[in-house]
Amino acid sequence: MRWGSQMSRVRELFEQMDYGPAAEDASFAKAWIGQHGGTFGHWIDGDWAAPACVFDSTNPATSECLAKVGKANAADIDLAVGAARRALEPWRQLGPEGRARCLYALARQIQKHARLLAVLETLDNGKPIRETRDIDIPLVARHFYHHAGWANLVESEFPETSPYGVVGQVIPWNFPLLMLAWKVAPALAAGNTVVLKPAEYTSLTALCFAELTRYAGLPNGVLNIVTGDGETGRLLVAHNDINKIAFTGSTNVGREIREVSAGSGKGLTLELGGKSPFIVFADADLDGAVEGVVDGIWFNQGQVCCAGSRLLIQESIEDDFLARLRRRMQTLRVGDPLDKAIDMGAIVHPSQLRTIQAYVDGAIQEGATCWHAEHPLPDQGSYFHPTLVTKVSPAHRIASEEVFGPVLVSMTFRTHAEAIEIANNTRYGLAASIWSENINVALDVASKVKAGVVWINSTNEFDAASGFGGYRESGFGREGGREGLAAYRKHRVDMAPDAAAPVMPGEVTATRLSDRLDQTAKLYVGGKQTRPDGGYSRRVASTDGALAGEIGEGNRKDIRNAVEAAHGASGWAKLSAHGRAQVLFFLAENLQSRADEFAYRISHLTGDDGQREVAEAITRVFFYAGWCDKYEGVVHQPPAGKIVLAMPEALGVVGVVCPNRYPLLGLLSLVTPAIAMGNSVIAIPSEQAPLVATDFYQVLDTSDVPAGVVNIITGTRATLGHELARHDHVDALWCAVHQELATEVETLSIGNLKQTWTFSGDRDWMDRSLGQSVEFLRRATQVKNLWTPYGE
Amino acid sequence: MSDPSIKLVESLQPSHGAPAANVIRPLDLNAVARVRVNRSSVERRCATLAGRRTVKKEWQAAWLLRAMTCIDLTTLDGADTPGTVRRLCAKARMPLRSDLAAALGAEDLKVGAVCVYPSLVREAVENLRGSFMPVASVAAGFPDGLTPLSTRIAEVAVAREEGATEIDIVIRRGWVLTGQWQALYDEICAFREAAKGVHLKTILGTGNLASFSNIAKASLVAMMAGADFIKTSTGKEGVNANLPVSLVMLRQIRQFHQSHGVKVGFKPAGGIRAAKDALSYLTLMKEELGHEWMNADYFRLGASGLLGDISRQLEHFVTGRYSAAHRHAMG
Repeated sequence: MRWGSQMSRVRELFEQMDYGPAAEDASFAKAWIGQHGGTFGHWIDGDWAAPACVFDSTNPATSECLAKVGKANAADIDLAVGAARRALEPWRQLGPEGRARCLYALARQIQKHARLLAVLETLDNGKPIRETRDIDIPLVARHFYHHAGWANLVESEFPETSPYGVVGQVIPWNFPLLMLAWKVAPALAAGNTVVLKPAEYTSLTALCFAELTRYAGLPNGVLNIVTGDGETGRLLVAHNDINKIAFTGSTNVGREIREVSAGSGKGLTLELGGKSPFIVFADADLDGAVEGVVDGIWFNQGQVCCAGSRLLIQESIEDDFLARLRRRMQTLRVGDPLDKAIDMGAIVHPSQLRTIQAYVDGAIQEGATCWHAEHPLPDQGSYFHPTLVTKVSPAHRIASEEVFGPVLVSMTFRTHAEAIEIANNTRYGLAASIWSENINVALDVASKVKAGVVWINSTNEFDAASGFGGYRESGFGREGGREGLAAYRKHRVDMAPDAAAPVMPGEVTATRLSDRLDQTAKLYVGGKQTRPDGGYSRRVASTDGALAGEIGEGNRKDIRNAVEAAHGASGWAKLSAHGRAQVLFFLAENLQSRADEFAYRISHLTGDDGQREVAEAITRVFFYAGWCDKYEGVVHQPPAGKIVLAMPEALGVVGVVCPNRYPLLGLLSLVTPAIAMGNSVIAIPSEQAPLVATDFYQVLDTSDVPAGVVNIITGTRATLGHELARHDHVDALWCAVHQELATEVETLSIGNLKQTWTFSGDRDWMDRSLGQSVEFLRRATQVKNLWTPYGE
Repeated sequence: MSDPSIKLVESLQPSHGAPAANVIRPLDLNAVARVRVNRSSVERRCATLAGRRTVKKEWQAAWLLRAMTCIDLTTLDGADTPGTVRRLCAKARMPLRSDLAAALGAEDLKVGAVCVYPSLVREAVENLRGSFMPVASVAAGFPDGLTPLSTRIAEVAVAREEGATEIDIVIRRGWVLTGQWQALYDEICAFREAAKGVHLKTILGTGNLASFSNIAKASLVAMMAGADFIKTSTGKEGVNANLPVSLVMLRQIRQFHQSHGVKVGFKPAGGIRAAKDALSYLTLMKEELGHEWMNADYFRLGASGLLGDISRQLEHFVTGRYSAAHRHAMG
């Protein structure tokens, strides 16, 4: 028999019908910390390494110190990277199946210790046990299962690629173990070894995971974990002996990483911030959409890079929708994250809480209205109300910057075109959620919104088989799926050796042109030949030093005009793939009919075998023309009732700095795959033989290439490359250039975090295995993952 | 437009007034046409709710008692006799073993109603005399609603005359499947008239209605036609009550309250046997409609076996020992 007071209370509770406390038992997780004496070192070479100094890891729900963790210094990083380097060979020798077995065992370890990891995560991060138990940890296990399969398949499915080597990974605090899984599983499956740094606030589950690797048979040194703060992260990404960097975190830190890694030749994937739109049309299931908002912005206290933080409501239903939303907000429960009946737990750290508060204060100052339900928050710990901000416009700071907290801004639109316009009125492009019961509207908006992940009538859905990652300043590269794995394999075309001697423009020693009528080669912008803005020309020499002709000296304004023209040609991406193929085939045909003329020009300017180069150039155009309507997406089938369309989309406007050698083949090896996928291009041709490119204008004109799809600016490659890198409306930049210029353009690209692809231009472009590959098409696209649930 | 959320804040406050009976209102076909239900979002909400809310210990015991008071203790079997009805009524008067009821301070608590076929209403009324417990009767061509309309209306009238104070009518599902909302409305209005002064529960037979949108629209039409309760199932369809269907119906109830200020009740029925399921439905009521709807005036569980499991769980709470079905009286 229970205590009488407990019994008599039942009748009282019967009248109240409230939820009582339902606390998860944390004693097992605390005991695990205790077994380590409350202090953790780094995990290096399969064992604990004593840290030089430590800092506190606290529970944000209570402010209590959970454990002391090490702060790695340069020597620790050296040790970890060295261990990873040494582990590469044994890891390779294990073979695909051996590596797959390790990853499978890791998945099993996670399942077997799921509750310990879930509770530990909640203690350390403050997120509700419901989320760690039902979402984070199951997704972690799923990720390792999925990649166990890939480990076995990677060599047959990704021919002509190899692992990068040692990968340095830096992850955020919002999904500590899940982000570890997203990073570690594909890196290991692809055959790399890893040094990972968890976020300063949330190291514990990574350390617990490190210990589990022992029981999964992972060879020593394959996975190393160093803990620490931003300084530790800086040391890791700057380390000379890592081959690839993978980062998830804020856009500002992403910029910093891009800058320090510029020119290093390290692979780089960045998964950064967002201000993702959540679009509700009048014909949506409004109650369903309200639940979507809850899952979109109040999941993980809003500390989610893809949070649906910008609510866009069709104006006709604004009052109705907001009324439903406010009612729903009153039933949200905020409190102890270990309580099983809690919707929102604690904000990760008091400093983050202050950031959120500052944003909300700023919004009020700018005239916005902030509303939250009148429920009390716990007295202790870092908590913030689920907050709705209305009377906001795109001009307000809170409508454009990432708050990374439980704060939703609400705006309206009138038409579906306006919804797309507002949705895309952002520097970010991570995710979007679209609510409408009209599939025509939903799919149309989905195709036009600039985001790497689009959820129709759903939100925050994740699966290991479906890629995740952003457009624009939300980063580049994908995590999950085939595209995520590809980011951990280096392709053969990236490893082409330099030719023996770089090619330099010749000097003009003779001044007399042949007896032909004067030819004035201009720039090619928007389908027209235009004079260079600066009004300067330069002379071009043939191999014997004779004056071969003169070209326009392009400058910053010519680049500006070309970028505008290229954006004006966006219809090219919407043309059917068959239509683009036709144009490219026609281009090959027209090049063929002028082959002799181009061959002569090439030989005259370079001394190389022009016939051979033209023949190969035609082959190349023919190759990509054939691929136009075949490089397509895939359909993923995540757990029941949903499909995911993984669609490669054009990057947009691609700057191409062509190699000096092979003036025609080099140009077409880069421009053709880019336009085949629907991009428009601004090409900076060879400095040695730019007249080959200017001759090419007429071929473009006669081949029905729409105006603005290909723009050519002659001049100094370095200067023009800089201008392209600096232009924040250029979406990607490919540079076949020398090391020094590669470093410069990568450094300058941080303005809009454009994707850069730099490689040695002095390779042998005649070698088909290096110059012609589907890899170029992969680099010319980004994958949009479009989730659509179904069922009536 | 005034801030509609204010009204809702008030509606979340507890109040224990007598339930206002619904009345017949004009059929608003535009409102019916505007109904949109997205299946996957309904399913997601229901799938995650179990992880978002739970009640433990004393709270769980209290909630189980509350569920008990909301049960329409039902027997709708072809083999029913006056004897089985008598036994059911006795159980309805004393739903818990007396030692448990005493330990929990629940001696005065009874189930919501007893629910039988029309021909057994008189038996139930006599056996519940003095208990103030209502007798509910199914009617209108239960379970399929396909007997002639005149017969169905007459059956409603008979059940009322026999002493039923609550009548669970069935709709003709064909009206929904063919989109004949006017015909559906007219039919329910006729039952409403025939059941004057009696609590009218409208069974939609959701397992036959093919889509969530149909269920939502049928719910709305039933409320416009004056239903006091909307009820999921007869218990005879292939698929009975479940959480997604309930969520769809509750959202219509909430919207109807928003528009007309009337609180319509909800009754899931069929296949609800576990105490845990009863807690899930109560949670759904609390989340979607609020505290006011969490009592027998606005919430009923149509069940027969559920009471046994609730008794076992309550015994576990009181004694700390797992119980067995045979330690509790059958109904």
